[in-house]
Amino acid sequence: MPSYVDPSKCDGCKGGDKTACMYICPNDLMVLNKEEMKAYNQEPDACWECYSCVKICPQGAIAVRGYDDFVPMGGQVHPMRSADSIMWTVKFRNGAMKRFKFPVRTTAEGAANAYVGEKGDNLDDERLLLEAELPQPTMLAK
Amino acid sequence: MALPNKPKGEINADPNPEVVEIATDVLIVGGGMAACGTAFEIKKWADDSLKITLVDKASMERSGAVAQGLSAINTYIGENVIENYVKMVRNDLMGVVREDLIYDLGRHVDESVKLFEEWGLPIWKKDADGENLDGAKPAPSLREGGQPVRTGKWQIMINGESYKCIVAEPAKTALGEDNCLERVFIVKMLLDKNKENQIAGAVGFSTRENKVYVFTCKTALVACGGAVNIFRPRSTGEGKGRAWYPVWNAGSTYTMCAQVGATLTMMENRFTPARFKDGYGPVGAWFLLFKAKVQNGLGEFYANSDSVKDELSKFMPYGQSAVTPTCLRNHLMLNELKEGRGPIYMATDVALNAFLDERREAGMDEKAVKKFWKHLESEAWEDFLDMSVGQAGLWAGMDIEPEKIGSEIMPTEPYMLGSHSGCCGIWTSGPDEDWVPDVDGPRSHKYKWGYNRMTTVDGLFTAGDGVGASGHKFSSGSHAEGRIVAKQMVKYCRDNADFTPELAQTAQELADEVYAPVKRYHEHVGATTAADVNPNYCKPAGIMMRLMKATDEYGGGVATYYMTSGKLLNICLDLLRLLREDAEKMAAGDLHELLRCWENYHRIWCVETHIRHIEFRKESRYPGFYYRSDYPVCDDENWKAFVNSTFDPKTQEWKCEKVECINIVETEPWI
Repeated sequence: MPSYVDPSKCDGCKGGDKTACMYICPNDLMVLNKEEMKAYNQEPDACWECYSCVKICPQGAIAVRGYDDFVPMGGQVHPMRSADSIMWTVKFRNGAMKRFKFPVRTTAEGAANAYVGEKGDNLDDERLLLEAELPQPTMLAK
Repeated sequence: MALPNKPKGEINADPNPEVVEIATDVLIVGGGMAACGTAFEIKKWADDSLKITLVDKASMERSGAVAQGLSAINTYIGENVIENYVKMVRNDLMGVVREDLIYDLGRHVDESVKLFEEWGLPIWKKDADGENLDGAKPAPSLREGGQPVRTGKWQIMINGESYKCIVAEPAKTALGEDNCLERVFIVKMLLDKNKENQIAGAVGFSTRENKVYVFTCKTALVACGGAVNIFRPRSTGEGKGRAWYPVWNAGSTYTMCAQVGATLTMMENRFTPARFKDGYGPVGAWFLLFKAKVQNGLGEFYANSDSVKDELSKFMPYGQSAVTPTCLRNHLMLNELKEGRGPIYMATDVALNAFLDERREAGMDEKAVKKFWKHLESEAWEDFLDMSVGQAGLWAGMDIEPEKIGSEIMPTEPYMLGSHSGCCGIWTSGPDEDWVPDVDGPRSHKYKWGYNRMTTVDGLFTAGDGVGASGHKFSSGSHAEGRIVAKQMVKYCRDNADFTPELAQTAQELADEVYAPVKRYHEHVGATTAADVNPNYCKPAGIMMRLMKATDEYGGGVATYYMTSGKLLNICLDLLRLLREDAEKMAAGDLHELLRCWENYHRIWCVETHIRHIEFRKESRYPGFYYRSDYPVCDDENWKAFVNSTFDPKTQEWKCEKVECINIVETEPWI
């Protein structure tokens, strides 16, 4: 399901050095055409439909259209992601709709403890930070 | 009118890029779960004088196999016995695994999961009545003794849409943003000029600006995932992007390590998961959480039939376990398909309605049943929406509601990986502890040589999909393995404080090699009126299709129901040799195309090792993943052994060898 960009909504992230979709696409697909100041998916048949660009676009300009080699037209799955949850709208080909909301994170963005400054004590054993004494196998082969 | 010829992408490639040289002590190549584990852990052991640099070809927030999210964590030991984890992995992978690596992973993995939860990953819990709570509901954490929702013995359910964002954040914080280079694709690891078999650096390029990066380092981790789009996919149009594993995994880990002489192991192993057809949505939750069964085209639930039991009895001891090994489950499914009893359906409708009937029978009123259904339906859809949205899109397009109709499942095209239910990868040292076997001989036969997860090349480490013969790590285990490596790399730097890396080639020579496809494009693009059709060069898109056609037809792809033979494999190797030669003639007009050139170069190499290993192993170790018509049985007497291969960078020759497989955990009982 390649992503596509609605030109009436895309503002090219106002000509910044990198657009949000370019920044995030894991497969280097989203690019900005600087003359038009619009982004587009440069290689739709390499799109994993991971929705990273859809979720991050500040203008809500990106959506996904089903892969044309096996998905019948008319359905659509679209997310609205906030800092703590995501709301999915699933529109079926026959017009039926379903909505689902799921949590995505229980802490504030930026709040994950990286344990900066904490140090382990013995470089010569196998224990890692925060770990207690490590077990060794006891049910051994004869 | 196509003329004048011009590059396709938005960032044109300049034949004379800027060359940036960076000296670092520790180089982390990759930004996925394993690399994030290393980035988080390493500063806990390194002092501030050690320079550490991470290089990711994408953005860490959404890179690697977990970019899209996940609906479960597939390895959490919890209340289980680690030895039983080893037994499960050993059986699923048909006996030939490194039990030391698996046990070691099992004793570190839970700490990663507890960290994920602490960082903000919502993990489902059981409430006092045994009902499922989503991960945002108040409940004790895993550290506090909270009960996760188990689906099967080893998996726990999560609300994992933001899994990777959550894991990347503390990794970046720990290392410092300035030490994380994103959008730089490392394409070659480099050996030291003076010290034999010692890693000394790497070269890569930016996909955003015309810059080549040349690194020197004392030690490096290469953790760039498995290999995708190496066999012709079932969908060859737009849908070829909907690979089961991330489409950006190009076999870089295996190729880059093999090229500097790291011994590979079990490269004959592959994974052809049975997934929902076309959308490749996950089946684990359907089998384990919703207790769904598979039905053949005649409506038979064939999995428990007498003929299936007879078939499984041919693969002892592996066929006897309550959970049939993944390849054998495929084998049974393929038998149905070959006999014309397809298609195979996941009976989602039967499974979901059974839950509702069970509630009704227990006296639940219709209003409560309806409320329960809403929750159940939401769980079912979340499984796709968290990690494989395209499958939800296919259901929407097909008007499929899983409570009303089942969905077809199908084994996919083959993938190469070492972290899921597969175990190809690089031969590494286990922990330097007494219980790990001591074997005489070269490193390619040994189980330990001082630094846990170090490859046979000094200073070169790998993790996640990179470590071979040790599957079923999944996301959490890959992170844990990255943490293991972190400490070892710091130890390596301490022990080799007097080593100063020196590269054999100049930075400019390396830059010229990396940018060769760009120079070729500019030299020849004017020779025809269509930039993609040119007798002097080939484009990466065509090379990839040529690779996938060769492997599919001769290497046991979907075209032959995964069947191959010595004869076919040797034809495949001949085709790959020609392909490798022609890959030297790839051309790139823009930086995106240059990325694709190098990815395909990596793909070709890694597939060649796959084919070589299958050819060397004269049996069919993984029925259902691949078959050799000339050696159709799983032959434990002669082949319950590793196949290891080493490429000698000096002589440019390959060597395959059989290596003893030692059981560490008890074999009686086997499971």
